[in-house]
Amino acid sequence: MASTEVMMAGFGGQGMLLSGKLLAYAAMQEGKEVSWLPSYGPEMRGGTANVTVVISDTPVGSPYIVAPRALLVMNQPSLEKFGPRVKPGGVIVVNTSLVPIRLERPDCQVLYLPAAELAKQAGTARAANLVMLGAYVGLTGVVDTQVCVHMIEHEFEKKPKFIPANVAAYQAGYDAGLQARPA
Amino acid sequence: MKKIFGYPQGLTERRTHYCPGCTHGVIHRMVGEVLEELELRERTVGIAPVGCSVLAYEYFNCDMFEASHGRAPAVATGAKRARPELVVFTYQGDGDLASIGMAEIVHAANRGEKISVVFVNNAIYGMTGGQMAPTTLVGQRTTTCPAGRDPAQVGFPVRMAELVAGLRTPGFVARASVHTPRATVQAKAVLRRAFEHQVQGTCFTFTEILSTCPTNWGLSPKEAASWLEKEMIPYYPLGIFKTPDMAEGPHLRPAEGL
Amino acid sequence: MAKVLMKGNEAIGEAAIRAGCVHFFGYPITPQSEVPEYLAKRLPEVGGKYVQAESEVAASNMIYGACGVGVRVLTTSSSPGISLMAEALSYIAACELPVVLVNIMRGGPGLGGILPAQGDYLQATKGTAHGDFKLLVLAPASVQEAVDLMGLAFQLAEKYLTPVMLIGDGMIGQMMEPVEFPPEGQAKPLDPGDWALTGCAGRPRRVVNSLYLDPELLNQHNLKLKAKYARIAEAEQRWELYNCDAPYDVLITAFGMVARICKTAIEELKAEGISVGLFRPISVNPFPTRACREAIDKARRVLDLEMNMGQMLVDIEAAAQGTKPIDFFGTAGGVVPSPDDVIAQVRKSLAAAGVEPAPARAPSKPAAKAPKGAGQAKRAKK
Repeated sequence: MASTEVMMAGFGGQGMLLSGKLLAYAAMQEGKEVSWLPSYGPEMRGGTANVTVVISDTPVGSPYIVAPRALLVMNQPSLEKFGPRVKPGGVIVVNTSLVPIRLERPDCQVLYLPAAELAKQAGTARAANLVMLGAYVGLTGVVDTQVCVHMIEHEFEKKPKFIPANVAAYQAGYDAGLQARPA
Repeated sequence: MKKIFGYPQGLTERRTHYCPGCTHGVIHRMVGEVLEELELRERTVGIAPVGCSVLAYEYFNCDMFEASHGRAPAVATGAKRARPELVVFTYQGDGDLASIGMAEIVHAANRGEKISVVFVNNAIYGMTGGQMAPTTLVGQRTTTCPAGRDPAQVGFPVRMAELVAGLRTPGFVARASVHTPRATVQAKAVLRRAFEHQVQGTCFTFTEILSTCPTNWGLSPKEAASWLEKEMIPYYPLGIFKTPDMAEGPHLRPAEGL
Repeated sequence: MAKVLMKGNEAIGEAAIRAGCVHFFGYPITPQSEVPEYLAKRLPEVGGKYVQAESEVAASNMIYGACGVGVRVLTTSSSPGISLMAEALSYIAACELPVVLVNIMRGGPGLGGILPAQGDYLQATKGTAHGDFKLLVLAPASVQEAVDLMGLAFQLAEKYLTPVMLIGDGMIGQMMEPVEFPPEGQAKPLDPGDWALTGCAGRPRRVVNSLYLDPELLNQHNLKLKAKYARIAEAEQRWELYNCDAPYDVLITAFGMVARICKTAIEELKAEGISVGLFRPISVNPFPTRACREAIDKARRVLDLEMNMGQMLVDIEAAAQGTKPIDFFGTAGGVVPSPDDVIAQVRKSLAAAGVEPAPARAPSKPAAKAPKGAGQAKRAKK
């Protein structure tokens, strides 16, 4: 992999910016160059929020990506807005817990995942963002999943009681992604 | 021969540019004397304003800033926060402090900056030639209110001491005058108390001093002094409005005399 | 020290601390508010002072006061806030005080927007405020470079006793990248020299002042400043050349984050066998005119790209001196050009230069639409 870009989008407060941060941290631990560029603005809570993470073997050129190689979407407006932009051959992970529609992108691999339900089963309904991250890592192997898990543990080190459920949520996503990973 | 009167250590031996009968010189001298009496000169930084006293940095015999119009309290904030061991004072007129610099003075006071503000109120813009100030009295004629200040058009004169004293943050706030020798002695004592509060790190201190402007008032120095007494003091009462130990209150009347 | 992943705004705050600056006066404004937020938390830990001013007007006068008493000081803001600071900057430059400030630019004019822009280039480099003064202006293109240039900014400010400004767009403030900092506690304190107001014990009193009522004295003061700016212009030009060793028909000129977007475009074009050079000024004042001219000399055509309506263009034109045609593509208001936008502009410039068009890209790739409101101008050589 020379370079890849993933956009993670949802409503503000759904934790996609955090998912992006964890991915960037993990890639950084592996010695990759990374950038994490959020949308920012008055819609800090409840509006749409997205972040673009670029992971590269060489210094990151543009952190601003219109057509990413991967898209993780938590809500319908984000899928409608960003779904058509994904590069052909890219991957798209859709949170079906909140997105009832399907996307016409036969040129991409689209994984539909009830992220909120999976997170709830794992013990924390709030960790749908980590299910999505896990699915992306499982699907693409973009970073070592153990490093990702370690980043989640690190993120919650001040609230250790939340670690098991959050890791389990991530793992549920990872397993689903791995299953769908092209042979 | 023994020298019995001269420049205080706090003043340079420069002749000031102030008009005859203007009381800026008297107020300068009082500040200079306080710096000498409290032995503060060598650790004081003063801040000159824009207005008649724009050249105050030539007259105070300590390290001095020249600030932009109205911003002296912000400059003082930066200086005092950066070097709390310094004694920092601003010297500002009514156009500078009560008009363009209203935000800076109110917020410096409200933050409780441990600085001393010397506010000289002569109810007019002096340096620019006698225009209306926020402190110009109702009915007072100036070049920009030739028919006299009309409160229906421009509101009433701002009472800065009362306004600053009304803030919840503790402070030392007083209004004095220099139109008579007796008033001047009282003003000096108040000014000294203000600087003492700063040295002790107690609170923000604000000393408003009523001053004359014979040139722009169109009066002789003697007439100006009596105009100040008859016209200004009734609207701008003298006294100490607030001391740091006082409870919250509007402090609209002097709590103690001078 | 290991690299950490950090937001540009926070990294700028930390870089100031590493440079020995522990005094900050500022006012919140998007998209730079993480700087005051970060320093409000961090400065008390290192014995520093953080003051939230009542306005940018006050903040800029507080740095005047703090720097005047001889401490290293920083303020940061974004475009409308910098306009409010302009008056004090004129005083600070006139009084030759070494303050550092950062403008994380947002879209303008007026209240504009809060998204990334480069619309304050001319304000920073040419006409900040009244009178003959100049800021030394540095334009980082990554979070790491912002950190490095913060250290340099304090060094240059103190070497020349002049205000130094970093300009970056909202992206550089908001994005996170891995950064490495110089060690903490290594910076020497600011030398108060013969100018700082530290109390006049044992020395003649000092005055920090920009009032010269005597015209001849004020003229002399201006000549002194002019000579200083000439020394800075001689010694402190910084720039980056990217892909300029290979022959190229088109030279891109861009500063800050736009240059990075161009690099991605250049790499993609390289894969197609098209070589495009990039000239990126790092010091935008002084502008590296000679180096820019040398890069222009090797090109047939210049393509200037900015997130504004053509502000650095005046410096590129001054460098080119009419020798080469210059194309311009600009976006404003928070519209960020994508690498595909850049590629489309390069193709236009190549065509205008009469260069055999390279084979078109695979049509399956969805072409990014040109951003709405994209300003475009061509300046052909007569």
